[in-house]
Amino acid sequence: MKMERCLSFVIYRPVLDHYFRSTSNDSEDTVLRFITCQSLWSQIKSETEQIQEDMNKQLLDNLVSFLSRSHSDFQEKTTEWTSRMKFREIPTAALVLGVNVTDHDLTFRGLSDVLQNNITPYVALLEAKDCPGIKNLMQKLMGQLMNCDIDVDSLEDEDCVQVSQNKIRCSMPSLISWYESVTKKTDSETPSEKRNSSSRHWQSPPVVVVFKDMESFTTKVLQDFIVISSQHIHELPLVLIFGIATSPMIIHRLLPHSVSSLLCIELFQSLSCKEHLSTIIDKLLLTSHFPFKLGEKVLQVLINIFLYHDFSVQNFIKGFQLCIVEHFYSQPLSVLCCHLVDIKKRVYSLSHDQCENIRRLPSFRRYVEKQESGKQIELLTNDSFLKEETEKLLEDLHVYHENYVSILRCLHVFTSSLPKYPLGKQIRELHCACLENQVWETNEYESSLQLARMLNKTDLVTMLQQCVEILVSSSGKEFDKTVKHLKEFLTQFQNLEASEASQEQDVSVSSQKELQKKTDLYHLQKTLLELKESRRSKKLTKFEMLRFEVVDYIDRLVRKYLVPAGDRTLHEIVYFNAATVLRGHLNAAPRTALHTALNNPHWYLKNEALKCDGGGISNKAPDICIVYKLHLECGRLINLVDWLEAFSTVVTAAEEPNGDAASSDQVDDIIHARFIRAVSELELLGFIKPSKQKTDHVARLTWGGC
Amino acid sequence: MSRPEGTRSARRSLQVKFVPDEDVLRHIADDAGTKVRKDKAQLSVSVKRFVKKLENISDNEAQEILEEKNYVAALGICAQDSVGNGSNISGGEVYSFQTPKRSNKMAELASELAQTPEKNVAPDHSRCPEKMAKTPQSKRSSSTKVQQRNKKKEFVSTTPYRLRKRLTAPDPYLESESEYSASCSEEEDEEDKKEVSTVSDQKTPAKTKAAYTPPPRNSLTKKIKEQKMSNLVEEYFEAHSSSKVLTSDRTLQKLRKRRFNQQTLHDLLKNAPLAYAAEIRDLNQQHETLFSKWMLQLHLGFNIVLYGLGSKRDLLEKFRTSLLQDSVHLVVNGYFPSITVRSILNSITEEVLDHIGTFRSPLDQLEFISKRFKEDSSLELYVLIHNLDSQMLRGERSQQILAQLSSLPSIYLIASIDHINAPLMWDQAKLSLYNWLWYETTTFNPYVEETSYENSLLVQQSGSLALSSLTHVLHSLTLNARGIFRLLAQRQLEKKDSPSYPGLSFQDFYQQCREAFLVNSDLTLRAQLTEFRDHKLIRTKRGADGVEYLLIPVDDSTLTDFLEKEDEDV
Repeated sequence: MKMERCLSFVIYRPVLDHYFRSTSNDSEDTVLRFITCQSLWSQIKSETEQIQEDMNKQLLDNLVSFLSRSHSDFQEKTTEWTSRMKFREIPTAALVLGVNVTDHDLTFRGLSDVLQNNITPYVALLEAKDCPGIKNLMQKLMGQLMNCDIDVDSLEDEDCVQVSQNKIRCSMPSLISWYESVTKKTDSETPSEKRNSSSRHWQSPPVVVVFKDMESFTTKVLQDFIVISSQHIHELPLVLIFGIATSPMIIHRLLPHSVSSLLCIELFQSLSCKEHLSTIIDKLLLTSHFPFKLGEKVLQVLINIFLYHDFSVQNFIKGFQLCIVEHFYSQPLSVLCCHLVDIKKRVYSLSHDQCENIRRLPSFRRYVEKQESGKQIELLTNDSFLKEETEKLLEDLHVYHENYVSILRCLHVFTSSLPKYPLGKQIRELHCACLENQVWETNEYESSLQLARMLNKTDLVTMLQQCVEILVSSSGKEFDKTVKHLKEFLTQFQNLEASEASQEQDVSVSSQKELQKKTDLYHLQKTLLELKESRRSKKLTKFEMLRFEVVDYIDRLVRKYLVPAGDRTLHEIVYFNAATVLRGHLNAAPRTALHTALNNPHWYLKNEALKCDGGGISNKAPDICIVYKLHLECGRLINLVDWLEAFSTVVTAAEEPNGDAASSDQVDDIIHARFIRAVSELELLGFIKPSKQKTDHVARLTWGGC
Repeated sequence: MSRPEGTRSARRSLQVKFVPDEDVLRHIADDAGTKVRKDKAQLSVSVKRFVKKLENISDNEAQEILEEKNYVAALGICAQDSVGNGSNISGGEVYSFQTPKRSNKMAELASELAQTPEKNVAPDHSRCPEKMAKTPQSKRSSSTKVQQRNKKKEFVSTTPYRLRKRLTAPDPYLESESEYSASCSEEEDEEDKKEVSTVSDQKTPAKTKAAYTPPPRNSLTKKIKEQKMSNLVEEYFEAHSSSKVLTSDRTLQKLRKRRFNQQTLHDLLKNAPLAYAAEIRDLNQQHETLFSKWMLQLHLGFNIVLYGLGSKRDLLEKFRTSLLQDSVHLVVNGYFPSITVRSILNSITEEVLDHIGTFRSPLDQLEFISKRFKEDSSLELYVLIHNLDSQMLRGERSQQILAQLSSLPSIYLIASIDHINAPLMWDQAKLSLYNWLWYETTTFNPYVEETSYENSLLVQQSGSLALSSLTHVLHSLTLNARGIFRLLAQRQLEKKDSPSYPGLSFQDFYQQCREAFLVNSDLTLRAQLTEFRDHKLIRTKRGADGVEYLLIPVDDSTLTDFLEKEDEDV
């Protein structure tokens, strides 16, 4: 092991943007880009934390009320408590958190904060990996409890507590005596202080023990702890919280009945991670607060990692962070990816190189081609004209986003209630579909319109009302007319109701008659046949006409506003599209890389000699590739001598195609050495291992189809 | 992916009421109204969809397939813009490591490879079989003459490679061989079938207008898949259940080949030119452009892991020398055979944090480190680990500790992995602690340092290590003690040809030692043996009859070397 040490510590933060610099040809905007990136990320981070907090609020409130209830019994020493004491039941909260284990930490942190602020200073968080035995558990528990004691009390007690912590014997009685001394101390405090503390905590606050990952605890440790502490429950108001990733059933599977009967369990369910993700996407992506956007492929990769790999919202956010960093790092024009207010200033301070960068953007080129020739020349030669135009285009892009989001939500109102959800149930699926290409061209869209034309009136009216709400609350300015239009539709529907009501009078009379008449198959068939005759001539009812109008109107809105972002000019500035990079960093496939390197070295080493047609490799490939290829032909065990000989055949043929046969009687030392190296490299890579089964054999560790 | 039935199920509360004819008619008429508006083709679609939805059968399955396709499509994005990394290969290709069909496939492939590039390699042709002919065939002559002839004829006639003449296998081999090939051909058939079905499957996602794929098709695919799977499993166990091994019995000793020790191997390789040096250099230079990006991402809270073929040691070293010179950093050579997590933690606490004192457990130590780093925000540490997946560090507990260490905000970890199964070390919890960013850095550099510690079969290396330790320990002992050990070694060498030699029994040994005037009581001998045992020079085990047997746990050649050396010294 090598150890390098230098005398001074270098503070890195200010230098960090330096690493940004060496990315691209221009170095002017790097600092600004870096600052923009950082500020954007910190905004997004705080936003996500806020979301997390809001989502957990309900759960935490419930837990807090549970804790205070369980505690109040102890406080008042009511009969109920004594009866419970007789049964030695420990109040327990089973917290079902879902399979996304990696997100739990954040929840627990929030939980312990809330508890310490509202209920009790005595909170201990235990993890299975710290508690292989009951002794470790007690140690950990007491250590945490006494530390929080220090936090609450003033510093004067510190030394005495610390002494006790060092030599204390970790047992339940010592814990109880500690608790008694602590609670007594609060009693004997000055009245002012007492009031102060009692406003936050009760007089004898419960001791809360959180088992973060209940499933991973060994059964014995849990059982012992529960049995022991139930013996002392009348002296120590203990409350347990189990963090559960799977299902509440696990408690009964882990604990035998004799132990689980000592617990008084109440179940709490946290919000599912998918809902959490939807909120995150809603608040981060489907909003115009943040100038940075994700492209369709990128979003798809992130969502797929979430759905197929971990269900972890934290990882999703991490991926989002990576997107931001990558975008600002690799796209020099990302300096313009800022809030609307800053755009003007930034556009006008662009350098000539940056203007050239703009001109090089594919979407801008397409835009230029559409202009008339005079303007084309201006755009391509005059920097200041270009800047004006850029500013205008960026503002357009911003407006487009605002409109896009509102109309997307409206469309989602419609599609989310259709049977079979042709365009997806979640808004993120709809979003992806719209980003990908022109959504109205797709078959799914066509069929969802078909289904929308069959909606009943009440549904249609509620949907229209929802749309009106969305559009009114949106920040887009263009929607006044749309809202007016939709409201007109609504009034028409109401009028329809009124006019129908009058008609209904006689219908109801006739239906009354119908009711008395007995329906049979024969009659139904007859009437159906009659109807078939008259069908062609049948006029659409007013309602149907109106329904078609509404659907067509929605269709027009979609075609106008939900243009895919890729078609917009300058979208490269705000959209991050490098899905490959993202996937390579987050969801890498190390085995694939190894496979390619071993089977097709030409992919990496651009040498003509390595080029080989169709599957095979040439005999000039690096040693390890040849050895690998040869070993694929073997079974479970490989004879090293055969292998060596085969290798030397290949290598000598490659080196001296018509060399003398005499010298190759014995395997060349150098070839032997190369073989040894290649084999030990394969061993390091985990393809083979030494085997004792037969002399001079190695065992293959991989297995696959023919 | 069970989506919670949201608004729909709520609205779908069942109500049973009498429906008069009129209403039924009106309902049908409604449908008709829609149909009137649209042209014929779409009409049929909508009806079909409606029916399907009403029936609500087996479309879950279709949905599943659709989603799978989406997933594959999204993950296979790279195929569209190939950015230099070889990640656009389907999983099937990667994981289907070929399994043997015939026992001497390797030799065939070798000759094939030897011939491929230039077509005019006539001399090679004549040489290869000649060489192969030297291989001992005498043991295989148990097969009947007729069969042998048939076999030969068959191979000569069908294959251009004369190497295949070697394939004169005895009956049991033949049998198993035919079994193999039979199962293989079956497999191929199925593969074909599967291809067909997947092709037709690909149409499904883009359906709506196309006919709705019937569920039987799906189940068929599934069945085939299952079948293929079970076949593979059977084959695996078939190959691993029998202790019989279908390889030749040749050994390196018969090749009259001396074994290299580490030094000669090193020298030989140094003289051999590295192939494609220029291309490899280009490749490495490409990776070096990433250095500043790594630095940035390390500081943003990510840790970096490098994978890909070739030693990444030089790359990391270069990263270290070019960017980390001015900062505190720790280089961990994970491939070193005696590295432990504790030694890593120790060097952090002792060298970086200047802490003197010991810790009860690595967890305590970790807690101390994290406390110190949290207190002092100016403290920063770069940790470079070569081969995070090495034997010593791949354990669950070690990885847990390293993951926790890397999750500290001011510890920046950059590591490399090489083993094909390395990612299996990490579960979701550890992955989120590590917060990896993966970088593919295929370097094609030889693993010089990494493999130098390995006890390869071909390298006579474990011997030299053991030998030096033997001599070192013995030199510090008394003359009598050395004599005792020599005696034991000699006895063991005498019995080296009997594989079931349990060791020298204590009583015999005592007798012999007495005769050689080495000890005078069995107590002194026992004291001496305890010392040997403490230095791991001998191993004792109790036999079935309760007698204590003594054995030197070193291989014979080393022992011979040792005795020779001792003789020289005396």
